[in-house]
Amino acid sequence: MNSVSPNLDALARHVSLKVNGAERSADVEPRVLLVDFIRTNLRLTGTHIGCDTSSCGACTVLVDGTPMKSCTLLAVQVSGRSISTVEGLAAGAAMSPMQTGFHEEHGLQCGFCTPGMMLVGTALLEHNPNPTEEQIRWAISGNICRCTGYMNIVKAIQHAAAIKAEAVKAPKPEAVAAGGGQ
Amino acid sequence: MAATHVHGGIGESIKRKEDSRFLHGKGNYIDDLALPGMLHMSILRSPHAHARLKSVDTSAASGMPGVIAVVTGELMAQHKLAWMPTLSNDTQAVLATDKVRFQGQEVAAVIAETRYQAEDARDAIVVDYEVLTAVTSPEGAKTAGAPLIRDDKENQKDNHIYHWESGDQGTTRAAFAKADKVVRLHTFYPRCHPAPLETCGCVADVNGVTGKATIYMTSQAPHAIRTVFALVTGLPEQNIRVISPDIGGGFGNKVPVYPGYVVATAASLLIGRPVKWIEDRTENLISTGYARDFHMTGDLALDKDGKITALRVHLDSDNGAFFADAQPSKFKAGLFHIVTGSYDIPTAHITADGYYTNKAPGGVAYRCSFRVTEASYLIERLITNAAIEIGMDQAEFRKKNFIRKDQFPYHSATGWVYDSGDYHKAMDVALDQLGYDELRKDVEKRRKQGEVTGIGIASFTEVVGAGHGADFDILGLRMFDSAELRVHPTGKAMLRMGTKSQGQGHETTFAQIVAEELGIPAADVAVEEGDTDTAPYGLGTYASRSTPVAGAATAMVSRKLREKGRKIAAHLLEAAEEDLEWERGRFFVKGSPDKGKTIQEIAFAAYTNLPEGMEAGLEGVHYYDPPNMTYPFGTYAVVVDVDKGTGQVKVKRVVAVDDCGVRINPMIVEGQIHGGLTEGFGIAFMELITFDAEGNCIGSNFMDYLLPTAWESPKFELGETVTPSPHHPLGAKGVGESPTVGSPAAYVNAVIDALSPYGVKNIDMPVTPDKVWAALRAAGVSE
Ligand code: FES
Ligand code: FES
Repeated sequence: MNSVSPNLDALARHVSLKVNGAERSADVEPRVLLVDFIRTNLRLTGTHIGCDTSSCGACTVLVDGTPMKSCTLLAVQVSGRSISTVEGLAAGAAMSPMQTGFHEEHGLQCGFCTPGMMLVGTALLEHNPNPTEEQIRWAISGNICRCTGYMNIVKAIQHAAAIKAEAVKAPKPEAVAAGGGQ
Repeated sequence: MAATHVHGGIGESIKRKEDSRFLHGKGNYIDDLALPGMLHMSILRSPHAHARLKSVDTSAASGMPGVIAVVTGELMAQHKLAWMPTLSNDTQAVLATDKVRFQGQEVAAVIAETRYQAEDARDAIVVDYEVLTAVTSPEGAKTAGAPLIRDDKENQKDNHIYHWESGDQGTTRAAFAKADKVVRLHTFYPRCHPAPLETCGCVADVNGVTGKATIYMTSQAPHAIRTVFALVTGLPEQNIRVISPDIGGGFGNKVPVYPGYVVATAASLLIGRPVKWIEDRTENLISTGYARDFHMTGDLALDKDGKITALRVHLDSDNGAFFADAQPSKFKAGLFHIVTGSYDIPTAHITADGYYTNKAPGGVAYRCSFRVTEASYLIERLITNAAIEIGMDQAEFRKKNFIRKDQFPYHSATGWVYDSGDYHKAMDVALDQLGYDELRKDVEKRRKQGEVTGIGIASFTEVVGAGHGADFDILGLRMFDSAELRVHPTGKAMLRMGTKSQGQGHETTFAQIVAEELGIPAADVAVEEGDTDTAPYGLGTYASRSTPVAGAATAMVSRKLREKGRKIAAHLLEAAEEDLEWERGRFFVKGSPDKGKTIQEIAFAAYTNLPEGMEAGLEGVHYYDPPNMTYPFGTYAVVVDVDKGTGQVKVKRVVAVDDCGVRINPMIVEGQIHGGLTEGFGIAFMELITFDAEGNCIGSNFMDYLLPTAWESPKFELGETVTPSPHHPLGAKGVGESPTVGSPAAYVNAVIDALSPYGVKNIDMPVTPDKVWAALRAAGVSE
């Protein structure tokens, strides 16, 4: 495997974690950032770097379901945890509701912020299936988009919420009350 | 994905073709590239704004783990690459040899097996500097006895770069002598930075055996870069291949050639392995193309009826350490002299002086057509101030002075020929949408209750779509653009252009032009840009020029193929060419609509069943040199409330009426407008690159350089009018930059309007709460 540092010294640590459901492991220097581990060691390049100072959210991944900025975590810190990246959103070629929402509502332009935005949106809907515009804006306020002006990102997340609500409704109408409230 | 029956012609808001790879995390940005044997480069930058370089000691760094090479200015000089030409006919240091002239200037570079190792070794390079006094403003640059920044240049005796004038001094002076009223505004458009979310970078891969240099880079203009590289390095141009992969936003930041690209390419050549260089955010903010930094003074002469009779402007431009403005016009201050804006001003005189300072070089147009943003800001601020000073409503004052519809094509006092416009209509639509009259009454009422509230208007005119080639060129390369269209036997097509999308949705918009003009559904047209080995030569994407220029080229090449298609159809239908009629996607015999051939059938015949003597295939290329610029315009209106206690400005409403001519994909156009209005909001209220007295850059990371998030950003209410460009084959004008050009003045005018009862006439951007609070306090309002 292509490693961040080929000259591993005695400091190397073994990291083993679940990424998008699959077990992954490697020996890395303790200083290796999670974002570099994901991008360089695992070659999952959908997680981006926009600042590396925790300010832009381009590197956002889910750690056990919670959005975290992977430029501000060390790979060794998340050993044993479960990570989701943008590559894990779709089931095969079928897009997740969040991806569909971004496509339908033109929620992306250059696409650089998009993985982080979609992961934050996904985590938000897990806790709050029917968020208000204000709640969405607050949730994504740690993520910068330079292209869209955010209005269509808000709509994209609302669109995803609507798809999910439909999916809950379709098989069992009585389940809506349980899934819909805040 | 779009259903297959969607045709995707002009005016349809089809979903974007490029989305899916980004949605799956499969975009192909520069930093995603990993070539076998690839090395990593890290650049050592100067901590000082101005210092003499006494020694650069690389001995410790060279021996560190993973280090392959350490490159210094001295080494570059041995290869005659220590300096490079800029886009404004100046020179810029690639790696410093004599002095450093701004904080963040490139001093040396380490090439190592990993990025971590390269950065470790970079920190072990020891540089001995003799610190010199820094110059941080034009004011400082012109002071007697100011340190000479460019002592490398023969004949450069001071820090003055250029003096430039436009318009007519004599008639302007005479008009001011007769004026009933003169309104003056001195305002500073501060330095800001495009800060695309993806920083700049490259992977240089020089093949030691064949000599072919493949350079993957974040470039908005790959062909022009290839030519510049050929001229600078002496490499034969066919041996240079520049590939711009997916670009994570540009906004002008990715137009220039940066030293990192040159050093990485030289390093790959010397070492024989691919070298990757990716900036970190701080490097991006402190060393790459900044924007604006214009100190402007404008005077407006009025007669007693409130008609503008003349405009006089002087500006001092802060160009940083090297004059590297990324602008291709023959005019030193870019397109600034469009400063008469949307108004019928009989005479004007503009003077501009550029100065060297110890700040980063490279005045790029941050989502702007070469300084038109500064011009639009100045005139729109002046207009609002003038209206307030003579006690006339801002909207009415504008309407009184607008160029009228019947005056187009309009010849401006500074030599521009505006192609088309209907400014009164755009204003009326905006006022209507806002409910202006009611809102004005409401503002008056609330002011009586002690509230601080206001409405700002800006009615901008943009000038985009450079060329034509006579006025615009890069090192002599005329500003045309190109499109090459190949239709395959099965009726699917490949379109390649000389432009380069950075998020604007070219893969969709340009496929739609083919869909409209040649009738092949947009879904069947693959659009490719950014590879100089395969795309036809073009000047790139910036200054809102893609649709005006490459869009026109796409329409023209589609029409060429359609004409060939007509001949083939005539042959297939055994009819005369003149007897055929075209409907989108098909030729048919006049009077017998069922006797026809689709474009797909025609394409197949182009390879299988041709008329006698006709060349096989259905493909072509078109180079389009626009006869004139296009002139998009619009009226933006902003409503604000100001908190007297904190100076905090709350943007309550933003109405934006844009006229960009014919809209090809309205969804994409609206997305562009949202983005530009947000960047304009950032510029007006948040974004600032500034420097302390020693020349330390304040604004070197996203904690100091504040960008709008979803939390602060306003919501936008869009409107439109359509005045097609008379000289563009589709009537389109370009739109990406209109909102950044037009909106800053609208935001600031709203604050000035709110503070006008207290006599406040100017607050320089960014309009931060402390400045507003100080202004209110000076007026005795806040405590
Ligand atoms: S790269 Fe991690 S927050 Fe910007
Ligand atoms: S789409 Fe470009 S940064 Fe968000």
